[in-house]
Amino acid sequence: MRYVDEFRNRRLIDKVAQEIRGAADPDLVYNIMEVCGTHTMSIFRFGLRDILPKGIKLISGPGCPVCVTPNEFIDKAIAIANAKGVIVATFGDMLKVPGSRSSLEKEKAKGRDIRIVYSSLDALDLARKYTTKRIVFLGIGFETTAPTVAQSILIAKKERLSNYFVLCGHKTMPEVMEVLVHDKLIKVDAFLLPGHVSAIIGLHPYEFLSVKYKKRCVISGFEPIDILQSILMIIRQRKPKVEIQYDRIIEKSGNPLARRSISKVFEKCPSTWRGIGSVRNSGLKIRRSYKEFDAEVKFKPKIEEPKDNIRCFCGYILKGLKTPYDCPSFARACTPEDPVGACMVSSEGTCAAYYKYGKDTTHSR
Amino acid sequence: MCLAVPMKIVEINGDEGFVESSGLKRKANFSLIKSPKIGEYVLLHAGFAIEKVKESEAKKTLKILRSI
Repeated sequence: MRYVDEFRNRRLIDKVAQEIRGAADPDLVYNIMEVCGTHTMSIFRFGLRDILPKGIKLISGPGCPVCVTPNEFIDKAIAIANAKGVIVATFGDMLKVPGSRSSLEKEKAKGRDIRIVYSSLDALDLARKYTTKRIVFLGIGFETTAPTVAQSILIAKKERLSNYFVLCGHKTMPEVMEVLVHDKLIKVDAFLLPGHVSAIIGLHPYEFLSVKYKKRCVISGFEPIDILQSILMIIRQRKPKVEIQYDRIIEKSGNPLARRSISKVFEKCPSTWRGIGSVRNSGLKIRRSYKEFDAEVKFKPKIEEPKDNIRCFCGYILKGLKTPYDCPSFARACTPEDPVGACMVSSEGTCAAYYKYGKDTTHSR
Repeated sequence: MCLAVPMKIVEINGDEGFVESSGLKRKANFSLIKSPKIGEYVLLHAGFAIEKVKESEAKKTLKILRSI
């Protein structure tokens, strides 16, 4: 078993889709938010919306880390890239994201040393190789990615690498989900919970969603059969609870080793989300005991007041209040080659998914 | 960004080693999982194995779905 093809089996997909059609009450509308950008991409890539009954509405949520990273973070990264002897190392998706006045890609074209890496471990390799340079890794991502960046800081400490730094923009999911369920404009009855965030945090941090807010929740895998089975589980829940569909990966208690690594290096802090604003306890910052690796402490980047592009609807789209088709810039001024907003840049952004896989990119919906 | 891929462990040297899928071999760090073993499948995310894949649960899921 390779854990991919088996979960893309066409016959099985049809079978589960048929089961959903049988189980869904035709008089009800099920508003289901897929929180994670990887789910959004999978839903579009495999055309799952087309095989679901009309009453099942899938709404994309704020679970794309690149998309929710605010301009302020990009502006700071650019300010650091302009400091002497710095190499900025980043995941590729961040390069094109427009900041308030520029992007990392534009700065790279101007001659700043900005490199794409696949892992924080590659950034550590840069620090070992270029000992006279200062390597700044852009730490973005949710609970899935945070432990990998924490580990890189622990390795740097062990190896006494004094030229490795992290600009920390990590965020955590449950706190922002509480903001969404509080927002009266957002109509969500159920959540497809993010599988790989849950691999780290487990099931318990979401329980408030079903207990306090009566939302049905299922932790879902990312293959088409995973997503369809999760939708079926949501429909079949008699009373709201948190269930695990992705049980070939998820332990109820998550991954304690990874969580220990996060809490050793990082502590909770307020964090600003694009389109949502500042959310209490939804961010991670580097603890004082590791401050020698904190790019914010080392470089104290000075930036002008961040500004958002008013032609961009990313903020509404990230909250599920509008779709990309509602945005005047979508597929006109804003394309993957020349993006106006972050949701068009990221390979997991909602706008990128609509652009790549949507049937209509011309607004005549 | 939270994309993670199931890959098979083919080599272990301390915390590091190699994983493989469809002929693609990648370096991996195993410090975030307990006792990795050659032949096991792990979920690889940004160079780190973040969890093991449980074959028994995968088979159970497929069996349930085939029976509906």
